[in-house]
Amino acid sequence: MDFISILIDWAPYLLTGVFITLGLTAAGLGIGIIMGLPMAIGQVYSTGNWWLDKIIKSFIAVFVWFFRGLPILVLLFLFYFGIFPAIGMGSLAPFFVGAIVLGLRGAAYQSQIFRGAIQSINEGQMTAARSLGMTKLSAIKNIILPQSFRIALPGWSNEYPNILTDSAVCYAIGVAELLTRSSQIVSQTYEASIYFVCAGIFIILNYAGMKGLLALENRIAVPGFSGSGEDNQVFL
Amino acid sequence: MDNLTFIAEILLPALLTGLVVTIQLIVVSAPFGILAGIGVAVGRTYGGKIPSFLCKVFVMFVKGCPLLLLLFILYFTLPSIGITFTAFQASVIGFIMCNAAYNSEYIRGAIKSVKEGQIIAARSLGMTKYQSIFYIVLPQALRRAIPGLSNEFIYLIKYSSLAFMLTLVELTGAGKLIATKYFTYTETFIFVGAIYLVLVTITTIGAGMIEKKYAIPGAQGR
Amino acid sequence: MSDEEYILRVEDIHKKYGNSEVLKGVSFNVKKGETLVFIGPSGTGKSTLLRCINQLTVPEQGNVYLRDEEVTNSGAGINYFRQKIGMVFQNFCLFDHLSAVRNVEIALIKVRGMKPEEAREKALYELRQVGMEEWAEHYPAELSGGQAQRVSIARALAMDPDVILFDEPTSALDPELTREVLEVMKKLAQAGMTMLVVTHEMGFACNVANRILFMENGKIVEEGSPTDLLENNESSRTRQFVGGLVMGED
Repeated sequence: MDFISILIDWAPYLLTGVFITLGLTAAGLGIGIIMGLPMAIGQVYSTGNWWLDKIIKSFIAVFVWFFRGLPILVLLFLFYFGIFPAIGMGSLAPFFVGAIVLGLRGAAYQSQIFRGAIQSINEGQMTAARSLGMTKLSAIKNIILPQSFRIALPGWSNEYPNILTDSAVCYAIGVAELLTRSSQIVSQTYEASIYFVCAGIFIILNYAGMKGLLALENRIAVPGFSGSGEDNQVFL
Repeated sequence: MDNLTFIAEILLPALLTGLVVTIQLIVVSAPFGILAGIGVAVGRTYGGKIPSFLCKVFVMFVKGCPLLLLLFILYFTLPSIGITFTAFQASVIGFIMCNAAYNSEYIRGAIKSVKEGQIIAARSLGMTKYQSIFYIVLPQALRRAIPGLSNEFIYLIKYSSLAFMLTLVELTGAGKLIATKYFTYTETFIFVGAIYLVLVTITTIGAGMIEKKYAIPGAQGR
Repeated sequence: MSDEEYILRVEDIHKKYGNSEVLKGVSFNVKKGETLVFIGPSGTGKSTLLRCINQLTVPEQGNVYLRDEEVTNSGAGINYFRQKIGMVFQNFCLFDHLSAVRNVEIALIKVRGMKPEEAREKALYELRQVGMEEWAEHYPAELSGGQAQRVSIARALAMDPDVILFDEPTSALDPELTREVLEVMKKLAQAGMTMLVVTHEMGFACNVANRILFMENGKIVEEGSPTDLLENNESSRTRQFVGGLVMGED
């Protein structure tokens, strides 16, 4: 069987893999932002209670150190074979384990992006908001976060290609994503150049996603806010 | 067998053997990763149309494609056109390519940040284009790129674990084999993780020292 | 005089930073419609004093009353008082991600709970008061310093404050731009706004202030009308200081 007909035969199978890969990536970005943003706020602002602050800040610091310091492969093994079975969730499908690990790891990385952005905002912004009678929470929500989002977006956009390419390591725990499916096709058809097709799909997903994020950046751009720039274009 | 005996007599010796392979992978890959990174960065900035385009495509391919997939291509696809590597060779080549692509981005950024007047001054002294790049621009640019390069070195430490997917028993692989045999996943991978954290921490400290050593008095590091 | 006549009363404010006492017991009262100008060498606690009034800095000791209600120790109620005590900052502190009109209306919507259309109308009205209506859709980075400061005055005005605190509002501006901001402030004073102004602009102090309060080492050392302090009294500390300013000794 020649390469083209193999490709046509297996196209639906590969395409399903694309959706699973995108699902993993979305989980990594989504859990990352949902957890990473509160973590960043927790690292920068204090509650006023010394002990509570100490506990929150140390917990976040350890979390970040752990998830950033370990290879993704080790994290996947640890959670899939170790932690989840130990807490009685051994039957959790590999996809969800992969999604959760990518998400927790994403949160560790993204919290630091948001933290940097929040800290880069001039103190006067908070003072001015408080001087108008806003509560601390309202000032964070209405003034600090909208600004941090714009500042963080270029760095945050770079998380997309990182998570997308890292999601392929979920192969190691048997998630049926793009790379896993490609390798299954290879082992059934002995056509190893399928891997080039797989690479092409990853590169297209990467490029299309970054274009989308760049468009988003320009959409919410505010004059005088450095956000977009050449450096944010992945490939250029 | 109690926990301590297991750790002391089985786990740690096995992990140590794996660690040796991990360190070999890193030590062989890192220098070539930096050299190739410099080559790609110079090619993209100063090369003619075609070298610059080729370097750009290289970076685009390597950054866009998962490293694990790149390793599969090197190990499983290339034999079909007659190029065969051992698992170690394929891993090292993959790591060098990946490391070089990311390093080149930092170096290129640093080259761009060197003031244009530097090259003009060098040329005015009679240096050729390549002399001014190698003697004047690169020494400044590389210093500025140190934080980025050390960052990539840390990624290299972590990504070296992917060699296990080509059946090379390095640190993670050694852990996985022991964990499967004795059914001690959590403990084993905590130990494996701890070793990676130690490697990463040592690198971070070392990078800080290198940065300090090569800092130019009066010039900002970044 | 009975208390009711004063809109703002400040009693015996003390503030320490570490070991250095920045404010060593400052008291004064303000009548409705008065403009008070605080002058004195830098580092004598003038800005800290303003921040103690709206509790952006919490003093160790002393009380502030607005219309006989206590501002100090008001807990969460402070956010109500801050609406009634506007503040204009040296560095404008406009919200960088919001256009001029959004800067003015955001607190109306988020703090006062006003409807967006209503808030927009009021914000545009306040921008018109400071001559910035045409710039409503521009972002802070697109405004000159003087324009930015006028927007920040509009932002404070929008909350219908009883008092506005001006913390060196023109120190970051070129002379040219200083004038346009001072013009706006003068107009406000004439319209009957109660204002507390920390400034080095002696022209403004002489022409607009009802009272000048001269501060030194964390205390008010002299107080009086501009005429009293600067013209009638040859040996006043204020006059010596102002003389120094003119000679460039500050």
